[in-house]
Amino acid sequence: MMPINNYRESRQILVCCGTGCQASGSMEVFNAFKSQLRSIEGVEVTASTKATGCNGWCEQGPLVKILPDDITYCLVKVKDVPRIIEKTILNQEIVEQLLYRDPVSKKRIKSHHQLNFYRKQKKIALRNIGEIDPASIDDYIARDGYQALKKAFSMSALDIINEVIASGLRGRGGGGFPTGLKWLSCFKQQETKRYIICNGDEGDPGAFMDRSIMEGDPHTVIEGMLICALALGASSGYIYVRDEYGLAVNNLRQAIQDARDRSLLGHDIMGQGYSFDIEIVRGGGAFVCGEETALMASIEGNVGEPRDKYLFPAEKGLWGYPTIINNVETWANIPVIINQGAQEFTSIGTEKSTGTKVFSLVGKVVNTGLVEVPMGTTLREIIFEIGGGILKGRRFKAVQTGGPSGGCIPADLLDLELDFDSLSKAGSMMGSGGLIVMDERTCMVEVARYYLNFLAGESCGKCVPCREGIRRMLEILSRICDGKGQSGDLELLEDLAETVRDASLCGLGKTAPNPVLSTIRYFRDEYLAHIEEHQCPAGICRSLTRFSIDPEKCTGCSLCKKNCPADCIIGELKEAHWIDINKCIKCGSCVDTCKFEAVVIGKEGGK
Amino acid sequence: MAEEAAHTEGGIRGIIQAYPREKRFILPLMQDIQKEYNYLPREALLTIANHVGVPFSKVYSMATFYKAFSLTPKGRYNIRVCDGTACHIKNSAVLIDQIYNNLGIKPGETTGDGMFSLETVNCLGACAIAPVVMVNEMVHPKVSSSGILDVIKRYKGGSDDAN
Repeated sequence: MMPINNYRESRQILVCCGTGCQASGSMEVFNAFKSQLRSIEGVEVTASTKATGCNGWCEQGPLVKILPDDITYCLVKVKDVPRIIEKTILNQEIVEQLLYRDPVSKKRIKSHHQLNFYRKQKKIALRNIGEIDPASIDDYIARDGYQALKKAFSMSALDIINEVIASGLRGRGGGGFPTGLKWLSCFKQQETKRYIICNGDEGDPGAFMDRSIMEGDPHTVIEGMLICALALGASSGYIYVRDEYGLAVNNLRQAIQDARDRSLLGHDIMGQGYSFDIEIVRGGGAFVCGEETALMASIEGNVGEPRDKYLFPAEKGLWGYPTIINNVETWANIPVIINQGAQEFTSIGTEKSTGTKVFSLVGKVVNTGLVEVPMGTTLREIIFEIGGGILKGRRFKAVQTGGPSGGCIPADLLDLELDFDSLSKAGSMMGSGGLIVMDERTCMVEVARYYLNFLAGESCGKCVPCREGIRRMLEILSRICDGKGQSGDLELLEDLAETVRDASLCGLGKTAPNPVLSTIRYFRDEYLAHIEEHQCPAGICRSLTRFSIDPEKCTGCSLCKKNCPADCIIGELKEAHWIDINKCIKCGSCVDTCKFEAVVIGKEGGK
Repeated sequence: MAEEAAHTEGGIRGIIQAYPREKRFILPLMQDIQKEYNYLPREALLTIANHVGVPFSKVYSMATFYKAFSLTPKGRYNIRVCDGTACHIKNSAVLIDQIYNNLGIKPGETTGDGMFSLETVNCLGACAIAPVVMVNEMVHPKVSSSGILDVIKRYKGGSDDAN
């Protein structure tokens, strides 16, 4: 028998099982590790395998990390598992081919900690994600979990609230309202029956940090809510989560049950005679329910229509009682603030926006995924240093922030330091933190049309400016994209936008014109190209676009032909190709695959 | 058919009895029934209204307000094309066209043989692997305009665990 190697015994294999990695087959990899490790005989290996939450680097998933060696393997497939076990687990060797290869230096990188993508990040809300098994309460406890709650029991209610106020924490769901002040306002209410709500109805398309936190570190949300509940004397809370987030719902359910079993939820918490419990409410797929009053209406069993906020939820909320409703990411910050103190927290970020913010960096950028950076980090740092720049070396055109309520920020504002206030000033907003990177192949008019189409579908229809105004703007934008724009359209759009912004009842309507106004503000030329020249410079609006191949540049490599779903590219290998425009569906896959810029985006003739 | 209807009715009753008779459980009740039957049969809405003691119109208004619900049966394979922003700018609209060319259905429709239905969803929260298509519970990442045809082909064979 081989001598027992203690170092070997303590090996841990962490397999990322977030939604992104699962879609790329990480569960199969996880199961392969489990079964193949079990079947090794005669060797004393007790490496444990853990399924973790989302590492945020979904682009390279499935990700497998090996501790304590600190090795990160990318794009791992089931067939790689025996090799990893044989080389790394049994013989402490690295499987070079599975390491990430830096596209610039061409060097293999051993650990994700050495990558720019992670190195420049500062993890607070995401501190445990990818490091722990979300299904294990012990994993959470081992990383200071529920220590903040313990500390909170030794503090007075006002001490807790003041600590949060001093931290300067502002709501991470988009509004940016100071969290502590919200709590204080609720604390001062005469009514002592109070509710705590976690808003996990992450509806902004392009943002998924809340999903990642609920999936990957559910206990931090529970602990944050518990601390607030303790300060306000609330006895019940709700987590409202999108039903589409199946894994998040399951992990939260399990976490709540485990916390109850450990006396961290339910009756007589930590033997302190205090009771608080949490119920999960699954959303019905209505974007407007992310608005807090609509969300509460939905919990009460009504259609999710917002109400006028002449009284804030902290004064009169769920079932008419004072209610604190915070976003998932906000809750995830609370245990850290209580544990480490407000001062530590304020040392990160900018003066008026403290701490970090999680952004979901997606779109036409090399490294997509979740990034958590100190407030005040510039767009350039996020997109070019962490994100690795634009895909295929194309030109950066704009970044969309804040979801459908936000706006598009152009290239000359790349040095903007991101915080709540700078983004509003640029005509956009923080929103929940989606950063959607757009390149020259993104049509800004179509982007505005896209958001308005989304909002027209999601407007609850209660107030006229939002219901009718968005629809009219959408009609105009669709017309422009179809090549039927008229002079005066831009002025009419601006006029409508101002009315919708000023007269709508809730945040959805008030911010709905942002995508239109910001694209007109920064990309007026592109609108004019559509309206006056009947041309879509990005080659996206199909009625305005015709693709052709420049025979001078075409090398006849046939790559476009192979990728064309309509089989409309004709030509022999090593000879110039051409496009049969009668069959072309204008999907643009030829433009995107061509390595020689031989595909020309032209104007649709005769229109 | 009658047997099937009776079976459905029994199943719906079973789901409903698990919830207290309170208005706030209308949403989870509809979610559970939709999960089981792929859509909300009219009888289910009536039974829910009865169970929690609200008018049928109230339940109906909720069933039509929330996007997650369908009042007509879905196909065996429900194709959900994500049209969140990240997927949209990576050309998810082309996927919808491709599905129409191949299966002849537009969003909200089901094929005549009841095999496929198509819907678009706002965001599946898998933006880093855009564009994403979900078929039932299976997530297909980074689907290209020709890749979608392969996805459909795999399900045409009728296997539930095509991947």
